[in-house]
This record gives sequence, structure tokens and C-alpha cells, in this order.
Amino acid sequence: MRAYKGLYLVIAILLVLPFVLPNNFYLDLVIRMVINAVIVLGLNLLIGFAGQISMGHAGFLGIGAYASAVLPSHFGWHPLLAMAAGALATGLLAALVARPIFKLKGHYLAMATLGLGIIINIVLRNEASWTGGPDGMPVPAFALLGFELSNDKHWYWVVAALLAVSVWASLNLIDSPFGRALRALHGSEVAAQVVGVDVVRYKVAIFVLSAVFASLMGSITAHYVGFVTPNLADFFHSIELITMVVIGGMASVYGSLLGAVLLTALPQALATFEGWETVAFGAILMLFMIFLPKGLVPTLAAKFRKGG
Amino acid sequence: MALLEVKELSIHFGGVKAVQNVSFSIDAGIVYAVIGPNGAGKTTLFNLITGVYTPTSGEIHLDGESIGGKSPNELATRGVARTFQNLQVCMNMSAIENVMVGAHLRLDRNLLWAALRLPALKRRDGQLRVEAAELMRFVGLERYTEARADSMPYGALKRLEIARALAMKPRLIFLDEPAAGLNANETIEVDELVRKVADSGVTVVLVEHDMKMVMNLSDRILVLDYGRKLAEGTGEEVRKNPEVIAAYLGAHA
Repeated sequence: MRAYKGLYLVIAILLVLPFVLPNNFYLDLVIRMVINAVIVLGLNLLIGFAGQISMGHAGFLGIGAYASAVLPSHFGWHPLLAMAAGALATGLLAALVARPIFKLKGHYLAMATLGLGIIINIVLRNEASWTGGPDGMPVPAFALLGFELSNDKHWYWVVAALLAVSVWASLNLIDSPFGRALRALHGSEVAAQVVGVDVVRYKVAIFVLSAVFASLMGSITAHYVGFVTPNLADFFHSIELITMVVIGGMASVYGSLLGAVLLTALPQALATFEGWETVAFGAILMLFMIFLPKGLVPTLAAKFRKGG
Repeated sequence: MALLEVKELSIHFGGVKAVQNVSFSIDAGIVYAVIGPNGAGKTTLFNLITGVYTPTSGEIHLDGESIGGKSPNELATRGVARTFQNLQVCMNMSAIENVMVGAHLRLDRNLLWAALRLPALKRRDGQLRVEAAELMRFVGLERYTEARADSMPYGALKRLEIARALAMKPRLIFLDEPAAGLNANETIEVDELVRKVADSGVTVVLVEHDMKMVMNLSDRILVLDYGRKLAEGTGEEVRKNPEVIAAYLGAHA
């Protein structure tokens, strides 16, 4: 399969990167790119492949992050257990919200997740005795079998491995009966139904999966940064994630990676416009929708096919 | 016993009685045509029987089991397949993937096994691809095996829908105007294809405006007009029916 060649390239880049990066500033940037890439991969399965939009994905990220912050600090839970609990809670919440919504026709998921994301954010801000409120709270270090993940190099290998596995699993999923059913319901819902696809079940499944992806990466982010604030879960972060999907390319695995890399680097490039990043994101999203609605990777791939 | 039995079937959209008290039955193994002027309720009837619409009243039995009001995917599990008058091809997928989706219910669809690329699943998928390619040859689309659906001409997409429906290995297939928008040559090809499908043992229900094709293929014909059953019988019986002649020629009977 041609698509898997890209995976080798991704693995090669991931293996070489830590040895060529000049200093820890860049290593930190790359780690955040890689974390975002995993989240965006999950979100693209939902938006690009299944055609359903979530405007509250940062909320799921927040649940994971705060599960990893609150449960170990207040209740002494093991970080791994806290991470699993966060993912489980996110999955249940996503399923609970999605089932009734997907019984309706139309883009109600976007509206519902918009509301859900905002509610999660408000809860995180207001429950200050547990979450530290708007100021956030520290997150205990992640330790496994007596080995503490503290330096950036260790974190890099952890998230790089997660990314490689996620790309591989996503490619597998897309080219499977499950993935075909998802793409089919995006292409024509009624056609998918008449060949026997239970469209509600599939939409719920992929929504829950992408929410759990986000929650797990929220936990990883929390442990890596060592501190969480509600900003991680706010609406602008959700929009940022959607922008990464759109810019990289809907329904494109490698587009997800490119979108995450570019938009994680962008705030660094825009550092001089302090406070205007959100406006820049909005403008970029608009320009892409007008001029490159398919996103970078699919557009380039089509050009390449025509030229070669 | 009849394979499909429809009794007093009706559906109303607000004040519009799109299908009214229609009854008929279809024996296994035949080609059954539904004809009538535009707006007679032919596609609505298909949508009712294949679960896209829920009947206002009436009964539908498949092999003795009541299927009225069941969802399309439940009907798919009972061997009911269909194609669409206005194409419903998934343009975001390749041609052969569209056919492979037709085999959805015959596959292990577990998400986790798929993500892990289990060898058994992969092997099964490979077999399916071969099977789908064979089906594309059966409908005369072998040259499009590797094509993207959105690069195919209209006539080919109509056949692609038939291939997808056949991938379900159905007992009963509903073809909604398979020759609509095709030129004379293509129509003859589709005519032959429908014959081949019927000969393979699948019961065919056909909506079609091309009368030559209908008369040539059908064992029995149901005539609808304004949502009501106007006549039913063999081609010869229907052709001689004065009410049918009136409906088609616009004269008063």
C-alpha cells in the first residue's frame, strides 16, 4: 500500500529529529507539535472521514488533563489509573451526548459539542477548590515502575512512539470495513444505510474514539507541562484544533500531521503580535476555506497526480 | 408463498397521499416492474419497502415476516438491496471501495481488530477486493476497477450502484430507473445486465420509464397513477388495460 510509505517517512523523521534539534526550546516545540498531531489525527477521523464536526474537542482534552491533575493530587491515584479514568469518563460523556444527537439529521453535533465544551470549561474555572480555578493547578510527575518521566528527551520518545502508533492505527482503520463504512456514510448516508451500515452506531463510535484520543493526549499534555489551566479546554483551543484539520487537509492522515506542525509553530512566528494570535487563526481559517478548501496535503497530492 | 407481500400500503406527507392502499405480491425469482407517469409514487413505494420511509398504514411482509417500518439497515440484513434514481455513489471513495461497502454485513467490522490490522481480517479484506473486482466485471466496469468514483461517467456510476447492491448477495433487489439518462446503446446494455442479475437467482423489482425495456424484461407489471394501483398483470394484460392506456395517453376512460 502506498499510504504506508508515508508512515516510514514519519518514523524516520521522528528518529532523526532529537539529534538535529539545536536546543531544548525546539525539542519542547516539537513535543507539542507531536501531541497536537495525535489529537488532530483523531479529530480528522471524525471530521474528515466521517463528516461530523466537533466544536468542543478541547473540552475532552480538558477532562483528560484535569483527571491527571486532580485524581493524583487530591486522591493519591496512580497517574496511569487517573489517565484511564479520564479517558473512560470522556468516552462515557461523549457516548451519552452523541447518541440522541445522531438520531437527528443535520449538523447538530457541532452545536451540541460547542455547548458541551463551554460547559466543561466553566466547570473547570468555577470548581476552584478542586481545579485551582482560572489560575490552574500543578500536575504530579508521571512515574511508571519507579521510572520518572522528567526530562524532555524521555517525553519526546514517549509522544513520538504514540504518534507513530496512531498514524499506523489510523491508516489501518481507514482501509478496513469499519473505515469504509465511515467514509460511505459521509459520501451518502442513505447509500450506507441500505447496504446495512447502522449509521448512528458508527457516528457514535468514531466520535467516542476521537474524544478518548483527545482525553488521553490531554493527560499527556498535563504531565508533560506539569501544570494545567482551563485555557487548555477553552473554545479557542477547539477552534485551533479544527483549523489544524482544515489546513492540513480533511480526510488526510498526513494532512493532520502537517496541520498540527504548522499551526503549533505559528504562535512562535506570531510572537510579536502578542494577543492577536486568535485573529490570525481566524484569518488563516477563512483564507483556506476560500482558496484551499481541501487543505494542503490533498491539494498538493492532486497537483502531483496531474503533473506526474 | 410470495417472497414479498404488500397489503393496503399508504403514506401521506401532510395532505399529499403519495401512495394509497396499494397491494400486490411478488413471487421469488421473477422480474417485477413498477411503472406509471411521473409523480405516480413509484420511488415512494421503493422507499417504503426498503425502509427509507415509514408507512402511514398498511403491511409489508418479506417471506412471511412483517418488515413495515424497519430501518434500511435492518432490511439489508434480510437480503433487500436497492439502487437509486438520483445516484447515491460515495464520491469520496474509489469505485471498488463503493462495491466493497456493499459487503459490509458479511465482514468483521470490529474497530479494534481493524486498527490493529489483524492478519485474518486483512486476508478477508483481500478476498473481498477480488470478489468486488469480479462483480465490477459482471456489470461491465472492469476498466474502472482502480478509478476514483468522482472520475467516472454517469452511465458507469449507475452500474456501479448495481454492483454495490449485488455485493450484498441480496434475495431481492430494487432497481430505481437503472436506464434513466442513458443513451440507446447503454440502455440495451443495462437491459442485458438486469436479465443477467435475474438469471443469477435474484428477484428483481424494477422502476423504469423505458417501456421497451420493461416489456422485454418483466414477468409482471404494476401500474401506479396518483399513488393508486391502476392495474397489475403480465405485460400483455397491462398493455390492453383501458385505464392504463387512458393514464398514459391522457384520455378519459
